[in-house]
Amino acid sequence: MTTAILKQPTEPTAARRPNRSFVHGLITNKKALVGMIVMLVFIVLALVAPVLFPGDPSRITAMASLEPSPEHWLGTTAKGQDVLALTVHGSRSSLFVGLTVGFASTFIGVLVGLASAYFGKFIDEALSLVTNVFLLLPGLPLLVILAAFLPPGLGTVILVLVVTGWAGSARVLRSQALSIRSKDFVAAAVVSGERAGRIMFREILPNMASIVMGTLLGCVIYGIGAQAGLEFLGLGDVSTVSWGNNLFWAGNEGALLTGSWWVFVPSGACIALVAFALALINYAVDEVTNPRLRKIKTPKNTEKSAAK
Amino acid sequence: MRFILRRLGFYLIAFWASITLNFLLPRFMPGDPVSRMFARTQGKMQPEQIEALRKMLGVDTRPLWEQYVDYMHNILTGQMGVSISRFPTPVTEVIASQIGWTLLLGGTALVCAAVVGNLLGILAAWRRGGAIDSALPPLLVFIGSFPYFWLAMGALYLFGVVLGWFPIRHAFTDGLEPAFTSEFIGDVGAHLILPALTIVLVSIGGWMLGMRNTMIATNSEDYITMAEAKGLRPGRIMLRYAARNAMLPSVTSFGMGLGFVVGGAMLTEVVFAYPGVGYQLLNAVQGLDYPLMQGLFLTITAAVLLANFLVDILYVRLDPRVRSN
Repeated sequence: MTTAILKQPTEPTAARRPNRSFVHGLITNKKALVGMIVMLVFIVLALVAPVLFPGDPSRITAMASLEPSPEHWLGTTAKGQDVLALTVHGSRSSLFVGLTVGFASTFIGVLVGLASAYFGKFIDEALSLVTNVFLLLPGLPLLVILAAFLPPGLGTVILVLVVTGWAGSARVLRSQALSIRSKDFVAAAVVSGERAGRIMFREILPNMASIVMGTLLGCVIYGIGAQAGLEFLGLGDVSTVSWGNNLFWAGNEGALLTGSWWVFVPSGACIALVAFALALINYAVDEVTNPRLRKIKTPKNTEKSAAK
Repeated sequence: MRFILRRLGFYLIAFWASITLNFLLPRFMPGDPVSRMFARTQGKMQPEQIEALRKMLGVDTRPLWEQYVDYMHNILTGQMGVSISRFPTPVTEVIASQIGWTLLLGGTALVCAAVVGNLLGILAAWRRGGAIDSALPPLLVFIGSFPYFWLAMGALYLFGVVLGWFPIRHAFTDGLEPAFTSEFIGDVGAHLILPALTIVLVSIGGWMLGMRNTMIATNSEDYITMAEAKGLRPGRIMLRYAARNAMLPSVTSFGMGLGFVVGGAMLTEVVFAYPGVGYQLLNAVQGLDYPLMQGLFLTITAAVLLANFLVDILYVRLDPRVRSN
């Protein structure tokens, strides 16, 4: 017993322990579990879409505006396309863009945040200024202006979403990195002559892993939602099949005015499910890493017993 | 005072950045959007008007810095050219006729969402594990994960088309003359409810969770224990001691929220065909009306920056710590 206590603060096992409890906490957390299962289902669907519905999903296969039936589980659009095929294939583009945007903007956020915190002074001032300007510029109008001037295409959509999305993560990551920057072990690393890159990525970054993960999830949610919004406005790549484009066409063909709710509901519900699943994982990460937010079973106990 | 000046300088830089972005975009984009735009408007415009617009949008042989100085001068003196899609109305006039509707819609929605959301957050944090705390956050997060425009369209379909409770488009009934009569104001109100409600519905969760989490941190402060020990009424401790101190982050998000509202209301405006700046911005994009697009973007940016500056001034009033250094 005593040796174990003595060992803890010095051995590398001590450093790895919080990590293991983090993963353990995530797996045993109900919210995280539900979120991960939903995400897994969607990723699998996106991967096997060409097997489930071979061929071009937007080809015309049946009569227009059919209600859901055994042949067409989710009915058909006003053009006569199968809604289920469109929805399943739509997950490919939506998840791809969402994940790409999420990873890219988190990556930029990490770089900017770490550089700000590590170098400080002038570099910090300059980077913070740029970050704050981007945070303040109204996102959706900027998105629309950029999309209007750039040539249409999937690359444009991703680029535009990253340009408008990175600043939020940079701000969060900078403040976290700043607080770690002031810890003694970083000072020790600086004194022992480690290179800047090594300190930033090997000393500071691993200690903010949970916040980076939270930011990443937030960015992916942003990417999926913003892509759908942009495409709904008709500013995306209209030739691809994605959830946003499905909704754009549904709106264009007046699906709701003719009462064909089945064209309109599935894609929106999919976006919501994915966003909700990611949000659940995000809250779980928060709860596991921030003990103050954990559920307490007997709230305000003292107050009640005092009243008696 | 120094804090205010610093912020003012920052907003000026942000505004300069957005003007410069506006200046650079048409000049460095591949393809030639300007010629595409003029191809559509052949015969409608006077040659000197075309010339002025060409210069504004970068079809110009002068050196770049000279164009830049010229452009800045034009923008700062309010000369944003004429709108193409609503030729020959000047851009400034088009914007002036529409910004009021956006402010009305966005402002109403923002204030409702902030007040209700914060109150719910306060209650949830005060009764940890109670009904509000355990039922509402997951529900609101779930609603908040639906795409904004999707919920709006669903609401439009359900309440506007199927049930017919609310009018489905525009800000007031066609043919009604805008005036300060009870009939007109009532009509505007009826057109406002549904769009505003959809915005409130999706944004309320963020306010509530933000407030709840700050409140939880505040509730564990010593002065709350002290207040309880003194035997103050719980309602007084909740509102005057805990909520008052947990309010500050919400004030900042209010400033940020304004930006979200002016921009985010865009989708709502498109769905409900509400005649605000966002709806006009989309029309301008579809009509390749570049002068109007740029003018709208600058106006929206300026409005957001101004609102944030006002919130900063309020913040200085609220938080003595900012004043002292």
